[in-house]
Amino acid sequence: MSGTFAVLVGRDLRLAARRRIDAALPIAFFTVAISLFPLGVGPEPQMLRQIAPGVVWVAALLAAMLSVTQLYATDLADGSLEQMLLVPGGRLAIVVAKAASHWLLTGLPLAVAAPVFGLLFDMAPAAIGALVASLVLGTPVLSLLGGLGAALTLGLRSGAVLLILIIVPLCIPALIFGAGAVAAVDAGQSARGHYSLLGAVLIFTAVLAPVATAAALRIATE
Amino acid sequence: MGGRRGRQLAGTDRDDDVIWNSASDFFAMGGYGTYVWGAYMVTAACMAIEPIAVALRHRRVRRGVAADEAKR
Amino acid sequence: MNTSWRFFRFASPAAFYPLAGKLVPWFAAAAAILAAAGLYLGMLRAPTDATQGDAYRIIFIHVPAAWMSMLLYVVMAFWAAIGWAFNARLASVVARAIAPTGAMFTFLALWTGALWGKPTWGTWWVWDARLTSELILLFLYGGYLALVAAIDDPRRADRAGALLAIVGSVNVPIIYFSVIWWNTLHQGASVSVAAAPKMAAIMLQAMLLMTLAFWAYAFAVIFVRARAIALERDNQAAWAGDAVGSSPGRTGTTT
Repeated sequence: MSGTFAVLVGRDLRLAARRRIDAALPIAFFTVAISLFPLGVGPEPQMLRQIAPGVVWVAALLAAMLSVTQLYATDLADGSLEQMLLVPGGRLAIVVAKAASHWLLTGLPLAVAAPVFGLLFDMAPAAIGALVASLVLGTPVLSLLGGLGAALTLGLRSGAVLLILIIVPLCIPALIFGAGAVAAVDAGQSARGHYSLLGAVLIFTAVLAPVATAAALRIATE
Repeated sequence: MGGRRGRQLAGTDRDDDVIWNSASDFFAMGGYGTYVWGAYMVTAACMAIEPIAVALRHRRVRRGVAADEAKR
Repeated sequence: MNTSWRFFRFASPAAFYPLAGKLVPWFAAAAAILAAAGLYLGMLRAPTDATQGDAYRIIFIHVPAAWMSMLLYVVMAFWAAIGWAFNARLASVVARAIAPTGAMFTFLALWTGALWGKPTWGTWWVWDARLTSELILLFLYGGYLALVAAIDDPRRADRAGALLAIVGSVNVPIIYFSVIWWNTLHQGASVSVAAAPKMAAIMLQAMLLMTLAFWAYAFAVIFVRARAIALERDNQAAWAGDAVGSSPGRTGTTT
């Protein structure tokens, strides 16, 4: 099964490399969304520093949700999804592979680019470090839950908005612990509790979401 | 129950009596009338509209089925 | 073996329909009586609170509505899961019937919570743990209703909804805990919508009666909706024609 996994991830990465503009869209959305907040609430540095963790996290959440709708759609359209589901153990493999490639293409770049956005909000270095760490821990959760949403809404007209509606409530714990970790560090407190909880959420999601997503794929395709 | 509700003893509080001295006191709710009645009225409205809507839906389906049966 | 076999007879929509029809008036009557008793105690007999004045009386609908909203979500997830696991159509129908009522109670909990918060805390909304969790529960109901409405095929809709409801139920404790965590960290213990006033026995009795009243109401409304949905899905089936009693000489069921 790990062979299938590697093949599928490699395939998605190669496809993304061919369509680099499409792959860059989530980061572009993220940048635009982040920039809207100072425009909306005013440029005062003190306030921006305070809202920065929440703003970055919410933007990351929305960027993940918006980019996840296409996760299975292209494969469904050209028939390769059905082929992959026929392979024994294929359902679980494709679910995990899709979540992994989504994270590699969206979550990881976001976490890597986070320091730049931290500087936009004049965040302290320690806070920026916490931001990167919380995003590294939290964006896989978003990719896993987003995959569940994509499988549930496979082929439906309402697509992205419906997905956001059904999945965002489930992402709230990650949002709270992730943004909370950064806020704690910014306030000079230890973020260890937040990281532990975020890690627990990640493990919990990593174990259960693929099973649920595989079931959702079966529901959607049979 | 109905008889006791009407009885008012001005100035004294009996344990087995309603606590309001008058109807206007009851509606005023100690100054919080808007909030209390705002809450109760919306609740009553929802719990009246919902059963009616569901009953109408049910009636519509029954009529549809009856019409189909009549055609057979 | 005998009793369980007879019990499963009612697992078919055809058997459920007339049974539910007979029970609905009883549930409705129970709801009315319990509500009358609860309101009598709560609105006419319970004493005024020292700190909150008479504004606290909203508790007699806020708390029952909140409890019902949470209970119905779990019950909905349970029946949806049964319907999915055993391919039991009636269970799926009941789950779909529960959702709108659960969402309504969630809305009422939020509405009454806001009206309770304004005189006691000064703002129409407080981001305390309980109200925020209730808001998220509204989103969970909304997500379920939106998902099943977006899927045309009833069986796929039932199953997808069941999965979503199960996932939601599993997540509710986690979400609730994270919201409590969030609330205590950011705002401290001072912000919490009306911790209930120290409850005299009569207040608890009134709240209990109102909860039971809402429970009976929910049964009545959900059973009628389930009948409607069952009939909608099986509208060509033989039992449907019988149930509606359109043929002469057959006794149909009322409502």
